[in-house]
Amino acid sequence: MGKSINVSLIGNPNTGKTSLFNRLTGLNQKVGNYPGITVEKKEGICKLDRSLKAHILDLPGTYSLNTSSLDESVVVETLLNKNSKDYPDVAVVVSDIENLKRNLLLFTQIKDLEIPTILVINMADRMQRKAISLDIELMEQELNTRVVLVSARKNIGVDDLKKAISEYKNLKSVPCVNASTIDPEYFETLRKAYPKQSIYKLWLVITQDVNFGKIDRNRDLEDLKSSSFAVKSESDLKKMQHKETVVRYQFINSLLTKVLNVDKSQAKDLRTRLDRVLLHKVWGYLIFFVILLLIFQAIYDWSTYPMDWIDTFFAKASSWAQTSLPEGPFTDLISEGIIPGLGGIVIFIPQIAFLFLFIAILEESGYMSRVVFLMDHIMKKFGLSGKSVVPLVSGTACAIPAVMATRNIEDWKERLITILVVPFTTCSARLPVYLIIIALVIPEQEVWWIFNMQGLTLMLLYMLGFGAAIFSAWVLNKILPIKRKAFFVMEMPAYKLPMLKNVGITVLEKTKSFVLGAGKIIMAISVILWLLASHGIGEQFTNAEEIVKEQYASQNLSEEELTNKIASQQLEHSFIGYIGKGIEPAVRPLGYDWKIGIAIVSSFAAREVFVGTLATIYSVGSDEEETIKNRMRAEVNPILGGPLFNFASGISLLLFYAFAMQCMSTLAIVKRETNSWKWPAIQFTAMTVIAYFAALAAYQILK
Amino acid sequence: MSDTIAHLKRGEQATIVSFNEEQVPLKLLEMGCLPGNVVMMMESAPFQDPIYLNINGTYLAIRRETAQQIIVKRHG
Repeated sequence: MGKSINVSLIGNPNTGKTSLFNRLTGLNQKVGNYPGITVEKKEGICKLDRSLKAHILDLPGTYSLNTSSLDESVVVETLLNKNSKDYPDVAVVVSDIENLKRNLLLFTQIKDLEIPTILVINMADRMQRKAISLDIELMEQELNTRVVLVSARKNIGVDDLKKAISEYKNLKSVPCVNASTIDPEYFETLRKAYPKQSIYKLWLVITQDVNFGKIDRNRDLEDLKSSSFAVKSESDLKKMQHKETVVRYQFINSLLTKVLNVDKSQAKDLRTRLDRVLLHKVWGYLIFFVILLLIFQAIYDWSTYPMDWIDTFFAKASSWAQTSLPEGPFTDLISEGIIPGLGGIVIFIPQIAFLFLFIAILEESGYMSRVVFLMDHIMKKFGLSGKSVVPLVSGTACAIPAVMATRNIEDWKERLITILVVPFTTCSARLPVYLIIIALVIPEQEVWWIFNMQGLTLMLLYMLGFGAAIFSAWVLNKILPIKRKAFFVMEMPAYKLPMLKNVGITVLEKTKSFVLGAGKIIMAISVILWLLASHGIGEQFTNAEEIVKEQYASQNLSEEELTNKIASQQLEHSFIGYIGKGIEPAVRPLGYDWKIGIAIVSSFAAREVFVGTLATIYSVGSDEEETIKNRMRAEVNPILGGPLFNFASGISLLLFYAFAMQCMSTLAIVKRETNSWKWPAIQFTAMTVIAYFAALAAYQILK
Repeated sequence: MSDTIAHLKRGEQATIVSFNEEQVPLKLLEMGCLPGNVVMMMESAPFQDPIYLNINGTYLAIRRETAQQIIVKRHG
């Protein structure tokens, strides 16, 4: 085995850093989290030559080393902590030819940390079209570094980069900007106190917390913060950082006048023309709306085909296991617990893959920033920003991919709020429940000529979900005691054709992280729910078959009817049946009986289970909607008499399903994305309480 | 009253004169929003918020309240 070195890829967002990472590592990469936080950690292996391997870390995109977000602080932490196992032997700073000036700011900062640094200039294939010329040799001299021109998109120069990395020992680690000129006296005392440290490193440690809240991590310079050097007030430090930025730009400007030549007369780009249309006050919104419809259609409609196949496949696998394996509790566990549990995970894959396919394309093409731009003003009023729009809209298909889509939101508070409110939006699993209850309690009547009462009710429910999400975002923004950066600065990247490789890898990674992350929890809860529904104690459960046979002995039932009656008897006396009866006093004020209680409890696995559970309880035996509907219509309220499903209890149920957090898969993914059980627990409790009281009020007023 | 970025019309260029250091985030400076640099108004969303600019070659969007803090001199 050869030697392995650590390489960190660092760069501004939108420089094609991830494309380059994908070029270097291919599928030889893994995505995880930094310990204790939810920032994505991407690492991979690249073989440089026969004896040397590079362990490549793709650090989150950042504009500078002055941290203002969790992502950026990860970059700084990695570069400051020499003891960390990720500390780079070489830092590769990725810049793009069109934004060289701004990209170099970060480069000068990293160079000043005295880490061996290579400057990569990406998108070099655009140089000719943009009439840009660059004196690489002079640039290498002035910056004291290696400069490599690449095009990750066209796969040009990647081998040169590998070669440059493998020659990392020749890199000079000398600073290029003397930051101490901003306050020579202060820096001189600092240097005397810590003669062994790089001066810029000391400065970074001191200023790290100015723009961003403190994060506790082991650091060899922890004493510095409490020392006399931190006496400068926060606003003084801020002013010095401003000065530092000015000094760095002076250096960069004088460098670029020497090495860079742009013929502006030739630079007429696509951007202006496209933005005229895509950001137009009317067309812009219309186009966005059409794109949303398309995404919605894909998640909602196109994915039903693969979902049906998955459904059929797992149903077949389950019955195969039941018939082919020896009879016994273990076979039941496999065929009724584990296989459906697995199915419950795999069934979401098409929706997740579709959503991330679209998101990756929008992101890669540069359009996503335009969406944020268009929607920011409206969302700002509710404490969110334009970045929350896509998750909230995706939530109407399924909350799981929607929660995962919040990763694009940098601000933690905003992201958390979005995650917490997304499950209010009407997801597709609520639809079967809505449809059957609406059909039962809302008259099929035309209003204002063209509208149908039932259709209107459904639309109102969608609006209710969205309204609840927006309103709770507003409330959460007021009450959550999390500091947020109060400003909004967003780069508007150039339009690009999405790269198939990047899109593919994103879809693959997101799907994988769902299956491995949330999948385990979904699996566990499915098995528990199955255990509760299929086991019970007492004669009523164990002798269900004889009891039913005896009871209906005179009625001459068919084989199928008998099986259904037995299943119903067993469910009634299973643990879940007892739970249903146990909660009956709690749900009676909402207008439900214990049977609906059971359906609600089992709905916590997934809402759509509601219909199936009622089918089992009413021993209908099939999921045929008409049959269940007729059976439900005939059900009588045990206390008040009259139909159980009337207008009052129907509205109450609709409201309950609109607000309640009845989806363990979503809870599992929220746990994964927030890295704690605290937030899913709060979300579950709050939503269930809201649902309960909304349903209670509705029933009590309407009955 | 001097002009701020928020006063610019679409396509109009100006030179950044000064800004309130407390109100303007460091991030904006890092993106090249420094006195002496040229800014051009690209587009604005309805209600002039947010505003889409080209500052010193970088394309970015900022909210109206930030744009109002940055004093500029219009190019005649």
